Amino acid sequence: MVVESQRERQPRAAETVIEARGLTVGFGDTLIHQNLDLDVYRGEILGIVGGSGTGKSVLLRTLIGLVKPRAGSIRMFGTEMATAGPAEAAAVQTRWGVLFQQGALFSSLNVQQNVEAPMREHLDLEPELRGELARLKLSMVGLQPDAANKMPSELSGGMIKRVALARAIALDPDLLFLDEPTSGLDPIGAADFDNLIAKLQETLGLTVFMVTHDLDSLFSICSRVAAIGNKKILVAGDLETVVAYDDPWIKAYFGGQRGRSAQLAHG
Amino acid sequence: MARPEKQETSSSVTASSEGGTGRLVLAGTWTVETCQARSDELGSALQGLNGAGAVEVDLAGIGRFDTAGAWLVHRTAARLKEAGREVRLRDLSENQRILLEEVGENAPGAPQPPRQRSFGRELVEGTGETVISSYRDVRELVVLLGQTTLIGFGLMRHPGQARYTSLIFHLEQIGLRAVPIVVLISLLIGGIIEQQGVYQLRGFGAEIYSVDLAGILILRELGVLLTSIMVAGRTGSAITAEIGSMKMREEIDAMRTLALSPTAVLIMPRLTALMISLPLLTFVSNMACLVGAGLTAWVYIDLPPQSFISHLRTAIDLNTFLVGMIKAPFMAVAIGFIACREGLAVEGSAESLGARTTASVVKAIFTVIVLDGFFAMFFSAMDI
Repeated sequence: MVVESQRERQPRAAETVIEARGLTVGFGDTLIHQNLDLDVYRGEILGIVGGSGTGKSVLLRTLIGLVKPRAGSIRMFGTEMATAGPAEAAAVQTRWGVLFQQGALFSSLNVQQNVEAPMREHLDLEPELRGELARLKLSMVGLQPDAANKMPSELSGGMIKRVALARAIALDPDLLFLDEPTSGLDPIGAADFDNLIAKLQETLGLTVFMVTHDLDSLFSICSRVAAIGNKKILVAGDLETVVAYDDPWIKAYFGGQRGRSAQLAHG
Repeated sequence: MARPEKQETSSSVTASSEGGTGRLVLAGTWTVETCQARSDELGSALQGLNGAGAVEVDLAGIGRFDTAGAWLVHRTAARLKEAGREVRLRDLSENQRILLEEVGENAPGAPQPPRQRSFGRELVEGTGETVISSYRDVRELVVLLGQTTLIGFGLMRHPGQARYTSLIFHLEQIGLRAVPIVVLISLLIGGIIEQQGVYQLRGFGAEIYSVDLAGILILRELGVLLTSIMVAGRTGSAITAEIGSMKMREEIDAMRTLALSPTAVLIMPRLTALMISLPLLTFVSNMACLVGAGLTAWVYIDLPPQSFISHLRTAIDLNTFLVGMIKAPFMAVAIGFIACREGLAVEGSAESLGARTTASVVKAIFTVIVLDGFFAMFFSAMDI
């Protein structure tokens, strides 16, 4: 049994958590993705990069089911999402947490109630235990106990992100979707947040799918990077592979002043 | 919808005591889905744990384990230690150790009690807060009134600075687009007034005077009141929601930093559009009401339109019409100020936006009716 519980957390080589095949997504006349393939493996932190308007956030929203693809299939934890019944889909949905770019906290609930919200919906917990778990999650994302009773409108940008992260991990998910987690944070706050994500990923054994613009995040915590462009994944692999890939945008992105200094800083 | 819970055949917690030394054997799934059941089982198992010696907790049988399970183990250990017993965790896997450490570092204390006040204090403080906030409300309204008056005079001297595009847009939104609903409702109300008048006056054989009743009532009071209430509901709420969501998204602050006055940019065009639209809508409403009354008279007492009009002309004079119309711009100012003021008072949450929009409509309708009462008293005192 010990072996089983360890296997739960240890990344096994090439076990796919998300398997997207032939995704085609478009709005009206514009095609965002065409025939896009992507694999996300258990236990990795996958960073998605790409120019503005290449559909990074759309890809995330497609994977979590907010945008319906025109064609293609998405398998999450081995479940085909397009054909899954409501119960099956809900069972898969509770296995992932999402951190939206603006936090998307419920503005009429206080911080602790925000974190409790998913537990209240999906589980039958006594209020006391639910509150303890919520405050545990808040402490894990580095918030002080007195933050629990605050309203979202009283929080700073960094705190909003932390509360949103606490809500995303409220159900102890296996998979975490992050949409630009460090955007809008100062460099120190961003580095803290990166470390927090890496630490949670390690302790909770998470798989992380992260859309980002932040070169520092890419270099410091991502174990694999996928670059989007031309309506598909240009290249996916470890950072060296992606940096070495021959594409004007990737060259400009990693070869620019900021890209070079980030590479230097993280060796 | 709950995640399917794994059925546990045997109990996941076994407690035994041996010569003062307790032993807890944990097994099964200890995750967030099952933690309530595990918590209950732990609670009853602890009761059976006699003695005062050390307690050994055996985690070897645990299958799936997450932070919720780790929290339960940590909480149990903490409670046992509090009771003066030594706790030894045995057969920890690496993963369990990491989780328990993480949870131990972040163990939450007792919940911070939300600010609670005794009933007496609540009463006194609540009253005080309401008084202060009402005072602020009034002061803000006066400030707004002063600002708009200043800007209004400024615009009179330099008409070129007025925001005509915005004004035309709001005239369309507030005035033109409200015409269908105002006409429809006024037509129906006019008909209902006439029909009731006919029924009540029939007892005296004075059906024909229902025309006087409807004509005077509609032109003096009903047309303007009906229109104002509809505009307060339709436009007042829209203005509050628009300005409120702009406030929420810091657009108002952005305007201030660009040296644009929100009063000039947002409030003036809306207020001016309201002051132009409301009298026009009132006129439209008056006419629609009269048409409704005329049609009803035709159907119920066979009074042809020509006779209705000629009788109406004897019943009313120009003053009757003007008394109604003169009130419209005042109603417009009241609705506009309340709507804008409530919009600017919106705070960060969606709830606050909803509360302010509701308050805007309720206050506007109340004010409109009170104003109408004052006008009625004034005109009767003046004998108009």
